[in-house]
Amino acid sequence: MYTLTIEDNTYFCQPDETVLDTLLRENIAISYACKKGTCHSCIVCSPDILPPEAAQTGLKNTQKKHNYFLACLCHPERDMVIKLPDQSELYTDGTVVANELLNRNTLLLIIAFKDAFEFNAGQFVNLQRSDGLTRSYSIANIPQESNSLEFHIRRLPNGRFSEWLHDEIKIGDTIAVSEPRGHCFYLPERSEQGLLLVGTGTGLAPLAGILTDALAQGHSGPIYLFHGSRDVEDLYRIDEMRQLVDQHENFHYIPCLSGNHVPEGFSHGRVNDIVLASLPDLKGWRVFLCGHPDMIKQMKTMTFIKGAASADIYTDAFLVTSG
Amino acid sequence: MTDTQDNAEKSLYERIGAEPAVNAAVDIFYRKVLSDHRINRFFDNVDMEKQAAKQKAFLTMAFGGPHNYTGEDMRKGHAHLVKMGLDDSHFDAVVENLGATLEELNVPQELIAEVVAICETTRNDVLGR
Repeated sequence: MYTLTIEDNTYFCQPDETVLDTLLRENIAISYACKKGTCHSCIVCSPDILPPEAAQTGLKNTQKKHNYFLACLCHPERDMVIKLPDQSELYTDGTVVANELLNRNTLLLIIAFKDAFEFNAGQFVNLQRSDGLTRSYSIANIPQESNSLEFHIRRLPNGRFSEWLHDEIKIGDTIAVSEPRGHCFYLPERSEQGLLLVGTGTGLAPLAGILTDALAQGHSGPIYLFHGSRDVEDLYRIDEMRQLVDQHENFHYIPCLSGNHVPEGFSHGRVNDIVLASLPDLKGWRVFLCGHPDMIKQMKTMTFIKGAASADIYTDAFLVTSG
Repeated sequence: MTDTQDNAEKSLYERIGAEPAVNAAVDIFYRKVLSDHRINRFFDNVDMEKQAAKQKAFLTMAFGGPHNYTGEDMRKGHAHLVKMGLDDSHFDAVVENLGATLEELNVPQELIAEVVAICETTRNDVLGR
């Protein structure tokens, strides 16, 4: 009989029980539905040890890599420490070392830490103000660079948190940062595979991290980055991306503008339409979609219909918290 | 189970290839459904990832595998679609896409016929009759 440890409590998993059975018997609040590995409602994490392979059936490779598993499919093979999705998070204080505008409404914020901050490029963290106000932001750099995290913060109308970051935060200030989360990141496998990166607005942040990571890990397949917005003033990092195009033969950068004023060197139209017209066959491609939820919802379906396997489509939808 | 054992003793699910067969079929099948103009409007407001998991459960059932769908589940799950006009023609289109998927995977015709027969047993529940 193995033990399951959650925070400070230990439970016994009976020989014929799954982890979900034990947690339900012990009245632990855990979401679940189908109890047969289909709905993924009861996904939990084993931070310290690899869970049994059978308990990871059907999960994305990036979830497997971080030891996520389905409680309903897990018959423990040893004692386990389990982390529930809504378990309180550990916050680390970081120091603001850079804050400058990337364009008229997007702030580059860099937060440095004393020790190395472990994450995968493309994941997100929660930033927390001293009064407890919390928002999620994607990490835009890769872990190898330094003990710091880079963020792209778009100023939202009446957005309390983004206005605070834009208007009040100074270099030297302290911000609490959660552990990294999310499954939208690059894994160094099948390096000859085509990579399609599509982002709107600050959706470029996780994609920039994923792109840097893929190039640093020697991804050899074609990499296409489509960055969309209405006006050219709302894009950013244009010159840097063009520089990368000059340095990497397999990298292609297509900035897209849906507004009426379209300077030379930019594609005119909605980023969705431009992607689908440019790459009609996505069979075998790995797809990363970051930014506006409507764009992601549509592109998830369209890239799948165009041939990308559902397991190869990674998304990070930016949900706007009101106020 | 050994290779020499008579095929007739194995369940449809085993003969068709069990879970690996479901995994091989699910993307092909769901891609056909989403591309089919006769029926894709019924999927306009669903999250593709969640739906793909449901498709897997559906295929497992259609292949004669383990499932715990009841007729009542089928009615409840499709009631909002029946309100949108789901009828026999749409049901037929889904079954047609499933058959085409299995043909693409070189599943023998007699097994496809068994799968179609299982689907037929759900028709009245799915259409709320």
